[in-house]
Amino acid sequence: MIKTKFNYDKYLRKNTLPHIWCPGCGDGIILKSLLRAIDKCGYSKDEIVITSGIGCASRLPGYVDFNTIHTTHGRALTFAIGIKMFKPRLKVITVSGDGDALAIGGNHFIHAARRNIDITLIVFNNYTYGMTGGQYSPTQPRGSYSTTTPFGNIEPPFDVCNLAQAAGATWVGRSTSYHAVQLEKFIVDALNHTGFSVLDVITNCHISYGRRNKMKSPVEMVKYQKEKAIPARSSQNMSPEDLAGRFKTGILFEKKDMPEFCSEYRKELEIAKTK
Amino acid sequence: MTKNIKLMQGNEAIAEGAVIAGCDFFAGYPITPSSEVMEVLSNKLPKIGKAFIQMEDEIAALGAVLGAALGGAKAITASSGPGMSLKQEHIGYASMCEIPCVIVNVMRGGPSTGLPTLPAQGDVMQAKWGTHGDHAIIAITPSSVNESLYETIRAFNLAIKYRTPVLILTDEIIGHMRERVVVPDKNDVDIIDVKLPDVPPEKYNPYNYTSGKVTPLAPMGEGYRYHVTGLIHGETGFPSQRTDVIQNAQNWLMDKIYKNIKDIEKFEEFQTEDAEILIVAYGSTSRSTRQAIMMARSAGIKAGMFRPITIWPFPEEQISNLSKRIRKILVPEMNMGQIIFEVQRNACGSQVYGLNIVNGEPIAPDQIYTKIKEIAGL
Repeated sequence: MIKTKFNYDKYLRKNTLPHIWCPGCGDGIILKSLLRAIDKCGYSKDEIVITSGIGCASRLPGYVDFNTIHTTHGRALTFAIGIKMFKPRLKVITVSGDGDALAIGGNHFIHAARRNIDITLIVFNNYTYGMTGGQYSPTQPRGSYSTTTPFGNIEPPFDVCNLAQAAGATWVGRSTSYHAVQLEKFIVDALNHTGFSVLDVITNCHISYGRRNKMKSPVEMVKYQKEKAIPARSSQNMSPEDLAGRFKTGILFEKKDMPEFCSEYRKELEIAKTK
Repeated sequence: MTKNIKLMQGNEAIAEGAVIAGCDFFAGYPITPSSEVMEVLSNKLPKIGKAFIQMEDEIAALGAVLGAALGGAKAITASSGPGMSLKQEHIGYASMCEIPCVIVNVMRGGPSTGLPTLPAQGDVMQAKWGTHGDHAIIAITPSSVNESLYETIRAFNLAIKYRTPVLILTDEIIGHMRERVVVPDKNDVDIIDVKLPDVPPEKYNPYNYTSGKVTPLAPMGEGYRYHVTGLIHGETGFPSQRTDVIQNAQNWLMDKIYKNIKDIEKFEEFQTEDAEILIVAYGSTSRSTRQAIMMARSAGIKAGMFRPITIWPFPEEQISNLSKRIRKILVPEMNMGQIIFEVQRNACGSQVYGLNIVNGEPIAPDQIYTKIKEIAGL
């Protein structure tokens, strides 16, 4: 079977390339999956808004030909909420790193989820602050090393998906930059969902995280993703011991027809008019 | 035509002014003594089909305002003290990315939690320098409820015209007192609307640093796809580290405000013609000053007032001109001395005296009058 080559050029701002990501970084794979997913959903370039915070992942919007907003550290979702509420016809996507989304942006993350506003958040989860040189992030596994945990990390990590679900997100999934085909499918699914969708993408930073944790090449890190990922269905019969150090992938939670913020606001406008 | 006269609170007047100005979007977070601005708008905006949201903190509130503004909304937030400290991050972003927005600061006592229910004027320098890096800002200090309404309309106009955050600095006194307001009809006031650029999308650059003209901000979602970043960027909007681009961008952020100062400035002079003592006062302090001047005049002391309404950029030229003939200047402020230094810098060697009372109470007319007498040598 001959697959037609996907025309990435249609969506790239080629004059802004090359990108800043290190050779072997997983972020480019997520970018390509995102572009294929957007294309598959059939959105026009004018109706897509991408907001991001600060960090390696957050440089993504600069490279793609949509309405793009590279905001402040952790606050990308607040800008996304503003523009989505004002122009609900736009499709709003937020890309964010794990530090951006869950440390400095943790408050905005849970509140966006609670509101169930129709925004898709993609977390580029590489367990580290790559851009600043590899300090430990709120998703970094316990016991692992970073420039600020030279004796091993004593803090337990957040599970992005559990947190999102508990806070009220109505679509929650996880994939990796190794599972590029699945990743594209999940992004399509998240984009098609009405409500707040969170996709946790485990990606590799061999430069800032891997080389301090016995995975100094991208290949070793990709192998880690392949070996540690457990499809949610297969994980059901596994013991906690077998699951230790691994992460579930799949669409982990989905609840359709939950009240979505913008449509609830439109209803409120109708009530307000009569008062 | 009969005038629409209402009795309202200062914070309510700001909300009223925002609606008349065509405000599309409010995002805020509760904080005393500004909350009424948000409460009133939570009622008014939905009734006219506009957006209102209460966010999880003040940073998020200004973030949402800027997101909406990038979509083309006329957007506003309101806060005070600790909330204004949080907002500094996004005031810088709005300056850097040239996103129009209006930010109301109903000043209360500080630092930190300070005096939530009591007035102060301690945030005047924060308004200018609160966020990091060099930038110019527009800040307005209304001194009455009526003025709060009209200056809010002007704040929206300036924000859009110069693509900049505009701060309205009132204080707990102006915010909470009730006064007579003449509510204008929308058609009787000048309103600047958000417009599409006059060039097609393929020719649109979101920034222009050298023509001297402010490029209109294209509302996102209307075919003008561009990039916005808080990194120093070139005229195309993309980050740049070229020395000439950096310098041009830095110059432009200052120039677009300072080179248009004649359009932005606004002030009032009260009995300055023959004055021998000049009092520079703003906001609620100017109200007591007016009374003190009348007391001084009846005692034979020729005092007058210069009242900045636009406080940033500071009216340097006016102070400089007045000080050439008035050699004694008094600056009463509900802070430990902030605007006094701006006055001093421009006072051409005139004697500048401060009256700094920061005890949670307004500065009373007789306190100012006593100081005037002292300066006059009586």
